[in-house]
Amino acid sequence: MGPPRTTGRPVLTRALVLVALLGSSCARAPTGSDAARTPLRIGSKTFTESVILGEIAAALAQGHGQSVVHRRALGGTQIVFGALVAGEIDLYAEYTGTLTQEILRGVSDDAVPSALAARGIIMGPRLGFDDSYALGMKAERAAALGIARISDLAAHPELRFAFSNEFMDRADGWRGLRAAYQLPQRSVRGVDHEIAYRGLDAGDADVVDLYSTDPEIVEHRLRLLEDDRHHFPTYAAVWLYRDEFARRAPDTVAQLDAVAGRISSPAMTAMNLRAKRDRVAEETIAAEFIAHDLGAPPSANGTVAPRAPDGWLHALGQRTLEHLFLVSVSLLLAIVVAVPLGIAAARRPTLGRVILGLTEILQTVPSLALLVFMIPLLGIGEAPAIVALFVYSLLPIVRNTYAGLRGIPPSLREVATALGLGPGASLRAIELPLASPSILAGIKTSAVINVGTATLGALVGAGGYGQPILTGIRLDDVRLILEGAVPAALLALGVERIFDVVEKMVVPRGLRL
Amino acid sequence: MLELCGVSKRFAGAEVLRGVDLVAPAGVTTVLIGPSGCGKSTVLRLMIGLLAPDGGVVRFDGAEVGPRTVDAVRARTGYVIQDGGLFPHLTARDNVTLMARHRGWAAARVQHRVDELVALTRFPGDALGRYPVELSGGQRQRVGLMRALMLDPDVILLDEPMAALDPLVRAELQADLRAIFRALGKTVVLVTHDLTEAGRLGDTIRLMRDGAVVQSGTLAELVRAPRDEFVSHFINAQRSPLEGL
Repeated sequence: MGPPRTTGRPVLTRALVLVALLGSSCARAPTGSDAARTPLRIGSKTFTESVILGEIAAALAQGHGQSVVHRRALGGTQIVFGALVAGEIDLYAEYTGTLTQEILRGVSDDAVPSALAARGIIMGPRLGFDDSYALGMKAERAAALGIARISDLAAHPELRFAFSNEFMDRADGWRGLRAAYQLPQRSVRGVDHEIAYRGLDAGDADVVDLYSTDPEIVEHRLRLLEDDRHHFPTYAAVWLYRDEFARRAPDTVAQLDAVAGRISSPAMTAMNLRAKRDRVAEETIAAEFIAHDLGAPPSANGTVAPRAPDGWLHALGQRTLEHLFLVSVSLLLAIVVAVPLGIAAARRPTLGRVILGLTEILQTVPSLALLVFMIPLLGIGEAPAIVALFVYSLLPIVRNTYAGLRGIPPSLREVATALGLGPGASLRAIELPLASPSILAGIKTSAVINVGTATLGALVGAGGYGQPILTGIRLDDVRLILEGAVPAALLALGVERIFDVVEKMVVPRGLRL
Repeated sequence: MLELCGVSKRFAGAEVLRGVDLVAPAGVTTVLIGPSGCGKSTVLRLMIGLLAPDGGVVRFDGAEVGPRTVDAVRARTGYVIQDGGLFPHLTARDNVTLMARHRGWAAARVQHRVDELVALTRFPGDALGRYPVELSGGQRQRVGLMRALMLDPDVILLDEPMAALDPLVRAELQADLRAIFRALGKTVVLVTHDLTEAGRLGDTIRLMRDGAVVQSGTLAELVRAPRDEFVSHFINAQRSPLEGL
């Protein structure tokens, strides 16, 4: 699979982009004459089918002369839909069931278009296939237990369920299913969808949730359990696009809507299998589908750039830059904020308890939740990732600054005062140098944790080493996972070494003897 | 020079000083002595404004020590604590010259003063570049003294400066301190619990107990005419075994 189709910007200009992102959220709607030059921004969720559909949309639009940016595998439903509403992307493929059950909870099928219109979003016609939820088991195990329908599960309370986290939380997911079928199982775990299959193979789980076009049904020889009480709603694939984009580029939208009804369930399953089992790049699959099934030639200028021999190195360099950018900007911001907070906490005990308490609470906010909260405010890309990393960097630095200052023997602080140094001079000349080993250790802790946490930045399109990790998990490709995980680990070690050097430069020699 | 009038001080409800009246005359060395917890260090910290009295008045050269005067008081006072109280991240030289540099002294003036102090305190000049952990206990104390003397203060306060030193080093330093104080003619207030030290260094002694001054006078006066049983008890407890030989 090729490098992510995002434009490569030099790191320095990224800082300016970030400032612009932070500063303004408006003034994004371009006017008609810019239509061809303003790229169509397509999003996709973190699973292969969504990425393939995104590539199909990209190829169709490009065939029509429209420039395209595809922000692949941006995140889950909340993140991608949030990005669409926020105007960070123009289009992505969604499912009707997800709209009624999750995004617009409680809105009837008929009312969906108007509810979306209220958010400036248009739902296109159905693409053809239905990718509804289903439950699956290993075929031989299902046969041995005599399970063919979901209602048969009620007689086997010992079975272990491993469901995708999204399925666990959705109204039509596990909660609704349990009520509809009166299921007694107690061992029910929420895991990543792709990891659930591994649990199934390893014998750690008996039942997983599936999408009815999943290639794993073939690959892992699974039996789909019949939804005999018709619990799961229909999940017909549709395009969702921004009203404003439809007005700006009506021809492109017409081109996309022309696909209506032409992507069948078997065709979609076959494409998913091509990506997963045969490791064919999504853009290639999309191009083949357009050529063979839609009978249209791929775009003249070619959507798929063949991978250059140095593509791997280039991608690694690009990701390293992206990763370093996320880590360094967030860490610098955190130092600028956290050190003064730590000083304030050390000087005023009551205020200190409040500051430490608040930073501790921030630390407990789950990173994914934090990222989702920030999309309406900051959109997608580096800004929300940097803010999240900034938030998680605060506690170690605040705490170590506080501890370092409080750890100075009171007699030394008294001597500084008695000598005639005021509070500011004492802080600069005596207290901060004495606390510097502790403060630096806090910054180092934050930096190393940041290198790891920054891999989550890929969830909101910030790039970095998380990109291949996410794709690798999605495609069940260990090599790809390692392509992100190994450099991240090496970078963490490198950061440690860098801080050893910084320590030699910053910490006064008298404290190191 | 330094004067406490009816000074009381409480810490967390416990009365540490109860109406202390005390004078440290100009140009002589006054020793505050007494058992642990008698409040002698508290008196010193009140004199340099690290603490404010709960009752009574502390005066420096006739003016009350308070928020408005405390900076001026500190500028005219040198302060030495046990083991020197040196800043571990600064070399001996940087410890000594910290306040002069803070006040913007020219390098030549700083160097001249350091040369004077090295000679005065008999500190090995080549050790000025060392950090406190690289110095002996006696050397650290000499650096602490140089730092206190750097701005040529009128008053020097010393809080148990030699408590952590071994006897030979202590005796040598005591002799040097006496010579230095005599030569400079400064107002010195020294806190100790060691009667020998009090006798060697002090022109006049204030014996304290439970937050009050029990008796004032020279060592000879305290020995000859102890005011009460506590005074004679305190003196006898510190008599050297050598005296009986």
